[in-house]
Formats: sequence, C-alpha cells, structure tokens
Amino acid sequence: MTVGVLAVQGDVREHLRTLARLGVAGCPVLRPEQLAGLAGIILPGGESTAMWRLMTQTGLAAPLREALAGGLPAFGTCAGMILLARRITNWGETFLGVLDVAVERNATGRQADSFEARVSANGLGEIPAVFIRAPLVRQMGPTVKALAWLGDVPVLVQEGHLLAASFHPELTGDARVHDVFIQMCRKERRWQHA
Amino acid sequence: MEKGTYRVKTGFAEMFKGGVIMDVTTADQARIAEEAGAVAVMALERVPADIRAQGGVARMADPQKIKEIQAAVSIPVMAKARIGHIAEARILEALGVDFVDESEVLTPADPFHHIDKWQFRVPFVCGCRDLGEAARRIAEGAAMIRTKGEAGTGNVIEAVRHMRLLNDQIKRLTGMSRAELVSYGKEIGAPAEILELIQEHGRLPVVNFAAGGIATPADAALMRLLGCDGVFVGSGIFKSADPEKRAKAIVLACTNYDDPEVLAQVSLGLGEAMPGVAIEAIPEKELMQHR
Repeated sequence: MTVGVLAVQGDVREHLRTLARLGVAGCPVLRPEQLAGLAGIILPGGESTAMWRLMTQTGLAAPLREALAGGLPAFGTCAGMILLARRITNWGETFLGVLDVAVERNATGRQADSFEARVSANGLGEIPAVFIRAPLVRQMGPTVKALAWLGDVPVLVQEGHLLAASFHPELTGDARVHDVFIQMCRKERRWQHA
Repeated sequence: MEKGTYRVKTGFAEMFKGGVIMDVTTADQARIAEEAGAVAVMALERVPADIRAQGGVARMADPQKIKEIQAAVSIPVMAKARIGHIAEARILEALGVDFVDESEVLTPADPFHHIDKWQFRVPFVCGCRDLGEAARRIAEGAAMIRTKGEAGTGNVIEAVRHMRLLNDQIKRLTGMSRAELVSYGKEIGAPAEILELIQEHGRLPVVNFAAGGIATPADAALMRLLGCDGVFVGSGIFKSADPEKRAKAIVLACTNYDDPEVLAQVSLGLGEAMPGVAIEAIPEKELMQHR
C-alpha cells in the first residue's frame, strides 16, 4: 500500500517521515500520472494559494479532484484542509471543494499568535498539536464528524474518505492522527475490492 | 496554549519549502507576488539593486508601507531589520510581521553582535556564507537560514559559492569524531552543540533557502538542485521587463527544478531579465555578504 503526499510545495518531508514511522510506503506526488495506484493522498501544510497555483499550472488539480470525488482517501493538514474545503469564508475562490465544511483562512491570526496546544481527540485522548496561522472550521455539513476539539472548536474533521486537520500532526513526532488516516485508506481499499 | 515556541517558529519555516519568497516594495507588487504563487513576500523600502545603486543608509521599511502590504495579501509578510538592530526588530514584531529577516542587505546597526533572537516571539531568518556562520545564527535563535549570495547583482555565482561551501562542510562533518568536531567548531567559529545537531541530521536543523543574485527560472532551479529548500528573489522580479510573467515562471521552476521540459517551457518569452553585475566589478568593501 502506497500513500502519496502532494509535493508541489510545503512540508512534504515531515509527512513522508511520519508515514515511514508507521511502516507505510510514501511517495511524493507532483504529476497527474503519479496518482495511479495510490491508497490515499496527504495534502501537506504550506501556502494554499501557492499550492493551488502550482497544481493548476502543472495539470494536477483536475485529476486530483476527480480522484477524490471517485473515493480516493485524502488527509489535509492546515493548508491541505483549505484545499479540501467546499467554502472559504474569507477568500474569493474555492480550491478542490470536496469536503463539506466552510473554513476561515489564517483564523488563528498572524505568526506571532501561532501556538502549540494539546487537543482532545475521540478515542485517542490528548494529542500534541501545532497551529500555524491555522484555518478553523466555521461550518460543517450534516455528514461531517468532528474527531478532535480545541476547547469547543473542531480541529480534526472527517467526512467519509476525507480527513482534515487545522493543525500539523506531522510536526510533533506523534503518528496517531496519521494512523487514523491509514486505517481509513485500508478500509476504503477493502471496500473498493469487495 | 504556548506561543512563540521554537517548534512553532521552525515549523512555520517548514511550510515555505519548495516555494519562492519575493521582495516587494508596494501593495501592488505584493498582490502580483501572491497571484504568481509566492509563499511569502518580503516588505522593504528599496530592492537590493536600488540600495546598491543609490548608496546611503538602508533601514527597515516604513511601518506604513508594511501595513499596506499586510492589508493587501493573505500570504505571510516578512520584513528586514538591520543586523543587530533590536529596536527595529521589536517594531516589526509589534506590527505583526510574520518573519523578520536580519539582513546584510540593510546597513548593519551593531558592529559587534547579531540580535539575540531567542528573546522574540516572531521567528527570524538570517544569512550565511558557510557552516560557521549558519551555526552561529542558529545558536542565536534563527529559525530559518538562507545563503547570502550577493544581493542586487542578478549574478548567481555567490549564492552557488555559499551553498557549495555549506554542503562541503556538512559532508566533512558527518565523518568526524567528537574531538574532531570540537576543534573543527573552533576553526570555523561554530558552537559544538549546533555542529552535533547538524552532524546527526546530515543537514542544517532548520530550513535553508537560497538568496542573493537569483534572476531567472534556471537560477532558481540551480539552487534547488544544489539542495536548497526554496529561494528568495529580490531585485530579480521587479527589476525585470515583465514581473508578472517572470514571477510565475520562477515559482514553477522552483517546484519543477528537476524537470528540464517544464524549465524550458516556463523560460520562454519572459523578456529582459534584470541587468546583471560582475562580482569582480564591485569594490571589496561594497560587498554586502561580508556584513
């Protein structure tokens, strides 16, 4: 089983390292043909506008959106969450638009307000989380589940085969959130092959 | 909830990887940079080529201008402080700048020390020409490093020199015993604890971008091929004939640095690059990299 990491820009290396820690093969994805055969794809942290410009210009945006619509499991962290979201409350465009949430970009403020915290997650207990100019979920569709909270704000959400975090689990050395995604990929594969 | 931790600072720098950070002097230029796919903009009063041409004292940008640039874009806004100018850095921090570049491009303010960057909540990026300089800046708390190159020249040779030197020195370090490492640290003026970290990782423990003299998509790709995580482009974009087109081309080249087909495609029809300067034509005391 190979999990791709969108590699146009951002902290690709940290995600590949976390996958390796879980014993899962990871593969950077830059070109459309690299989507073939993946069990899932991670959309890393970075600048969502830069990532989107690069994805559209390299021809990756449309085939990726199609693959996600067709059931390819995806996990977005920070900018990755923005790429997945159906609506961005404070930005004039939508990117992949597949996850039924409305997010606010840079909702935690400028870098001086970026922070580390522990968030409580369903079934995982407390997990360390790094929030960097982080997006926050402002609205969730009826089929979206919150899996972790910071206070009363949902910071890890799931809708079917899509998972998204406001924070960066790849920066902490704690692989539990990635493990949740890997289980989703395994389940989706079993279902597809059934 | 803890703000301004080293992990929050270095983690932020990790998000820039693979990207291009562009010098801008106005809100309009900042919008062009964002639209082209820049991962951040660097707000400054004059681009390095103009600082070089006009001379005088180069200082932190006007706070009014920084505010206008912050209001114009959604991507991170960096700004430069003079080397050792603690007060300029504090002002930039108070303005909510996302990253401070303690930069040799501005006129140095302190002949003895760099800023003690551990005292700040805002992260810092600093320039280096070699491993010793990189290690000293990291020891002072820099969360990101960039090779210095020679800013405002449109000439990539110094950026390449600094990256080659850094790579060679890191390679030498990997085979050293603890005793060798300590005396090597003394030789290059680097703290042993930082060198141990670098030895352990086989690379700098923070993100390393290239800067100083990058003017074309090919220059950006070259620096990535040498192992830089991304590039700063100063005068190269807004001193060229078609800034919008060139900015987009450099962004694409930075990501697709190992794909010559893409590089060829994006390098087509960009118009004139910025005029370049031969390093030998610059008097030794006017070189910014020695600051």
